[in-house]
Amino acid sequence: MMQFQGYKRSRGPAGVRNYVAVIPVSVATASIADTVAARSDHAVRSTPHQMGGDPPEKTREQIERTLIGVGRNPNVGASLLLSLGTETTDYNKIIDGIAAFDRPVEHISVHEAGGTAATIETAVDVAQQLVGGIAGCQREACDVSDLRFGVECGGSDATSGIAANPAVGASCDLLVEAGGTACFSETPEFIGAEHILAERCPDPAVRERLLSFVDARESAAELMGVDMRGAQPTPGNQEGGLTTIEEKSLGAIAKGGTTPVQDVVSYADELPTGAGLVIMDTPGYDVESVVGKVAGGAQVVAFTTGRGSTTGNPIVPVMKVTGNPTTARDMSSNMDVDVSDILDGESVASAGNRVYETLIRVASGQQTAAEQRRLEEFAINELMPNELAGEPA
Amino acid sequence: MKGRVIGGVGLLLSDGDNVMTAIAELPAGASVPADNGAIELIEPVSFGHKVALESIHRGGDIRKYGEVIAEATQDITTGEWVHTHNAESRRGRGDLSPGRDR
Repeated sequence: MMQFQGYKRSRGPAGVRNYVAVIPVSVATASIADTVAARSDHAVRSTPHQMGGDPPEKTREQIERTLIGVGRNPNVGASLLLSLGTETTDYNKIIDGIAAFDRPVEHISVHEAGGTAATIETAVDVAQQLVGGIAGCQREACDVSDLRFGVECGGSDATSGIAANPAVGASCDLLVEAGGTACFSETPEFIGAEHILAERCPDPAVRERLLSFVDARESAAELMGVDMRGAQPTPGNQEGGLTTIEEKSLGAIAKGGTTPVQDVVSYADELPTGAGLVIMDTPGYDVESVVGKVAGGAQVVAFTTGRGSTTGNPIVPVMKVTGNPTTARDMSSNMDVDVSDILDGESVASAGNRVYETLIRVASGQQTAAEQRRLEEFAINELMPNELAGEPA
Repeated sequence: MKGRVIGGVGLLLSDGDNVMTAIAELPAGASVPADNGAIELIEPVSFGHKVALESIHRGGDIRKYGEVIAEATQDITTGEWVHTHNAESRRGRGDLSPGRDR
């Protein structure tokens, strides 16, 4: 059984990083969170987002669920929540959700602390104390079945469906065989391929849930009378040779591999451990989609890109896999695995092995290109009608 | 490799597909040794883009990965570039919903 060197947690699976997350409750404290992280130890990471303090109920619930998921992610040893003090988004609920997972969590309100300057000063001190509290946690051998591996695609071109997605899919198959969980998402990119995914769901209830998620994305386009072709495939996808959403989807689903779809969960819901292949309902917008899986507990994300995306995440290593030889060469400083040899005859299985080996090395501490460059995008999916109609990837 | 390479210039994702994907920048006049005899490109086709391996009538299916990926919006000739100018999606088309003006 293959192992990785991870950080064991008192509750839930092991982490692959050991961070203190500085989490703003709303946009009002997003800049403060960044400042606190910048003035602190490198183990302190901020998750700034643009959500308002008084959102509609469903959006508020999604914000709370996502931020609880960030605090519970195995890569986060402790959390510091920052609020303005006037948000209807319930910081107590977020604190309770994180604390219920045996993770230290502190909270500072700007109003109670006496303004921005005092908040930053206090928060830097508190973050340092939290770092001290988790510094004793050392890497040790962990079973790969602890891993929840998120897979994503962005900046797709014709090589994505031919090379990078099948290679990442082969690595998912290896992880599932070893007892882990692999998760792929981006529901708009199931349109035209949902019949294939549905046939791969052994549980009829899971199949129905999957089809209802796809219907919701497609019928949103119908409700609004819009043509999804404006957004899917994106102009960049089209330049890369993808003509229709069906073509993009058939290539996109390859990144989940070939094993049965065991479960389908909502955005930012906790991903089961040791569960095989699981689908999450996320938008096609890659930053929000990655964050959904991170909030679900994914410790590592593989991100396939033909045209050359640079997306990262503050608390989870994002490894880039490209099948486009030009992108592999011209954007080598952003890429982690080059599988373009598939176009010259390397087998998908061989390339998949290389992706899997990179996953184990990254899980054991090897920095990804996005981590080395501190590329740390973070955004929560806001429930908006136009987003339900399908987002560019 | 997923699919089958044709003459080092194209990729057939599934038998029965009527388009192949160019895996090189192909000039007009390039010859492709397809299963039913060599075909000649009637225009240049970029890396990653599709070439018709047979003639496809307007309204006919475009097949890749063994699945229908698009409908031809005009007659397409063997060796022609297949993309958004002559093929379109059948899905996510709220603009074609019943009762809506087109």
